[in-house]
Amino acid sequence: MTKLTHLTMADALAGLAAKEFTAVELTQAHLDAMAATKELNAYIVETPDVALKQAADADARYAKGEQRALDGLPLGIKDLFCTEGVQTTAASHILDGFVPPYESTVTTQLFRDGAVMLGKLNLDEFAMGSANITSHYGPVISPWSPKDEAGNFTRKLVPGGSSGGSAAAVAARLALGATGTDTGGSIRQPASFVGIVGIKPTYGRCSRWGIVAFASSLDQAGPMTRTVKDAALMLRSMAGYDPKDSTSIDLPVPDYAAALTGDIRGLRVGIPKEYRVDGMPAEIEKLWQQGIEWLKAAGATPVEISLPHTKYALPAYYIVAPAEASSNLARYDGVRFGLRVEGKDLKEMYENTRAEGFGAEVKRRIMIGTYVLSAGYYDAYYLKAQKVRARIAEDFTKAYEQCDVILTPTAPSAAFGIGEKMDDPIAMYLNDVFTVPANLAGLPGLSVPAGLSSEGLPLGLQVLGRPFDEATVLKVGHVIEQAAGPQPLPPLVS
Amino acid sequence: MAKTMAYRIAGETGEWEVVIGLEVHAQVVSNAKLFSGAATAFGAAPNSQVSFVDAGFPGMLPVINEVCVEQAVRTGLGLKAQINLRSVFDRKNYFYADLPSGYQISQFQQPIVGHGTIVLDLADGSTREVGITRLHLEMDAGKSLHDQNPTKTYIDLNRSGVALMEIVSEPDMRTPEEAAAYLRKLRTILRYLGTCDGNMEEGSMRCDINVSVRKPGEKYGTRTETKNVNSIRYVQQAIEYEAHRQVQVIEDGGVVVQETRLWDPNKGETRSMRSKEEAHDYRYFPDPDLLPLELDAAWVEDIKRTLPELPDEKKARFMADYKLPVYDAGVLVAERSRADFYEEVARGRDPKMAANFVIGDLLGALNKTGADIDSSPISAAALGGLIDLIADNTISGRIAKEVFADMLETGKPAAQIVEEKGLRQVTDTGAIDQAIAAVMAANADKVAEFRSGKDKLFGFFVGQVMKATQGKANPALVNEILTAKLKG
Repeated sequence: MTKLTHLTMADALAGLAAKEFTAVELTQAHLDAMAATKELNAYIVETPDVALKQAADADARYAKGEQRALDGLPLGIKDLFCTEGVQTTAASHILDGFVPPYESTVTTQLFRDGAVMLGKLNLDEFAMGSANITSHYGPVISPWSPKDEAGNFTRKLVPGGSSGGSAAAVAARLALGATGTDTGGSIRQPASFVGIVGIKPTYGRCSRWGIVAFASSLDQAGPMTRTVKDAALMLRSMAGYDPKDSTSIDLPVPDYAAALTGDIRGLRVGIPKEYRVDGMPAEIEKLWQQGIEWLKAAGATPVEISLPHTKYALPAYYIVAPAEASSNLARYDGVRFGLRVEGKDLKEMYENTRAEGFGAEVKRRIMIGTYVLSAGYYDAYYLKAQKVRARIAEDFTKAYEQCDVILTPTAPSAAFGIGEKMDDPIAMYLNDVFTVPANLAGLPGLSVPAGLSSEGLPLGLQVLGRPFDEATVLKVGHVIEQAAGPQPLPPLVS
Repeated sequence: MAKTMAYRIAGETGEWEVVIGLEVHAQVVSNAKLFSGAATAFGAAPNSQVSFVDAGFPGMLPVINEVCVEQAVRTGLGLKAQINLRSVFDRKNYFYADLPSGYQISQFQQPIVGHGTIVLDLADGSTREVGITRLHLEMDAGKSLHDQNPTKTYIDLNRSGVALMEIVSEPDMRTPEEAAAYLRKLRTILRYLGTCDGNMEEGSMRCDINVSVRKPGEKYGTRTETKNVNSIRYVQQAIEYEAHRQVQVIEDGGVVVQETRLWDPNKGETRSMRSKEEAHDYRYFPDPDLLPLELDAAWVEDIKRTLPELPDEKKARFMADYKLPVYDAGVLVAERSRADFYEEVARGRDPKMAANFVIGDLLGALNKTGADIDSSPISAAALGGLIDLIADNTISGRIAKEVFADMLETGKPAAQIVEEKGLRQVTDTGAIDQAIAAVMAANADKVAEFRSGKDKLFGFFVGQVMKATQGKANPALVNEILTAKLKG
């Protein structure tokens, strides 16, 4: 029988319903795996007591035949979601000791549907990063990192970021699924790096209430799972209108799993010519081509499309996101919660607290953001970036007159090693080149594992869709998943 | 336009004109805050009305309170201003301990209300129009309490997030009195609309003053902004002080520095707070947590239909319908409850007499005790009852004053006082005949003088007769009979 930790969420639900095992057993199997795999540093905080209590409650419901949509499924929660009574850090020193007295809407909905919380997952500090190396709690190591015969890492690979803990935990079988957030690719790029599925829903699909904000106009929560079907199941619980978030949209949430029919005949798949960027490895190009062939074989029609403003997306993103972040992070001032480093007066206390509390990448983005909003620079940077953003959104609107979904690579490379690209923030920012446009345009985007690099590392393909058409995105992702066939386990997983 | 003498500051180099613009922060009357459900009552225990949104906790999001939007629109309509169907909330970024999120949510480039007008009622009865530049919605900050501990500052976040309307005038005022009239009129309008209680002492209406000076006819001088002046009297004083200070600076060969100043009510002076160079760069940008505020034109029309009659219209109606002089109408409409009171008194009665009693007697008496008309010991109906006794000749106007004083003290109805004290007017011609005969007998010499042409003595006889009847004789009858008798 498959190890409990290796089950998909769908299979685990079936096993629980069939009383093959209990939710407590399923949870305990994960807690044991977590204890044995601490070297990955995937979790910042483990919550075994909470988990076992939730699991026991789930078992009670199964016993009465009153199980819920995700009942008894052990999940990891990115430590950007505020969880009531459980330390929430955003992987930042500045939130030291912060225990929210409230539960985020997304986790509330997951728990409403019976999900079990195993713990809080590591991430880049305030979700700022593409490699999960900026966490105050140390970098997350990808379960794809190779080891020598003595069991020592020969190379520590990044899991991607910012949802690196979520990606590593799901890939390493330390959770059946995990929540992520995606501001510029933070769900999709790590999903691609570790060979799992991740979907960033349309902006407004999931409530942002109770999620520590990075860039409010871009942030969106989504599931990270091992299969498209699991993503569909989990997204259905996470999504939905929330009157506490003015930017959430009051639309019905479809049964996403029901959309996974495999039938994409007649669907037009846009292939944006601008995504053939300079220096893209041939294997990425090859994978992309393979994806096109799979979809064609399934009856879809590839259509070449143009997204002419693509090249401006990354610069625009790295103005808009830091601008919003510089303002969103002003509340971490040592006055009401988290870290306080005293000073001789209020100003010095602010300076000491923020100097010690924020890491280098966060400080860099606060400074960039402060700069682009400053008097005399606002028009040249922030306003211009917003105009670019509007053009990029128009590009997609026009493209969707010709196609139903868009297929691209998720990231321009496979995972790299910890310590690589560290000295050049721009090289690091390039990781997001294919994912950022969807955030700027607010569109849904999915990364699905599609193959391996020459080094044997996972590579993902990205499916973008129309606003609120996650169902079609998932359906297409499912077809790619089926065509790609079973993918190998990470070397650290047995 | 005003007929008043131009207000000028006499300097060594000639006369200076003062240019004044006001920014008023008016707290919106609403049960909940602008972006959270926390309560807004004044005087609650510190930090007892604070939601996690107001305290800037991680992951908290603002949600606009529709009531506050409605109040802003109502105010805009009351100021005859343009209502912008699309407005945008921006973040104004600065660090301060009583600003939990590190930014204030305000409206910068696209306010909810655009250009409007206020008509000032000046002391001489003339009026003057002052332009409203804009009105926007914003959240208040919390309060820093520096006097609770020798080394610490305490923070009270009850006010954090409370809805304010910032109402900005054009630099249209030229005298401290106009500024005072502007504030009074604005307060009156806000109170009529029920959108702000206008209470400056409790801080629900606060004023920043922009002042500059110039030689008449020249272009505007450099202005200073004096912050948070919390009474109309202080506003006038601060303007006077600041205008004189600026004239002095210029005439001493200096230049006025564009800066923010603070009013010190104890010393009666303004002090520099921060210069333009030290001014914050607020880094305004649209708040990504809030969608642009889109109003439905029909909704605005609905609000317009529910607007009360406003003071200017009411004043015009009082002058037209009740034939009141401009002064009386102005006094009566200054408060909505006062106008309502008056109208109840005047209904079916002599409107001028009603106005005289309300303004001259009642308001004068209330003024002495500091009470307002809502807590008047004499109700409108009771005052009307008194006037009715004059109208039906039960008492004379003179006796009425006495009855009024008694009503004020005892709260008894006029008719009861008249009965109990036997103040009913004497209309019995026999009794009046008798009194007149007695007076004429006692003053035979004066009768002779009168008859020889000294007409002025008529008043003397009236007085004597009234005195003899303790003022109760019907004056008209006294006049009539006395005339007949004296001519004899």
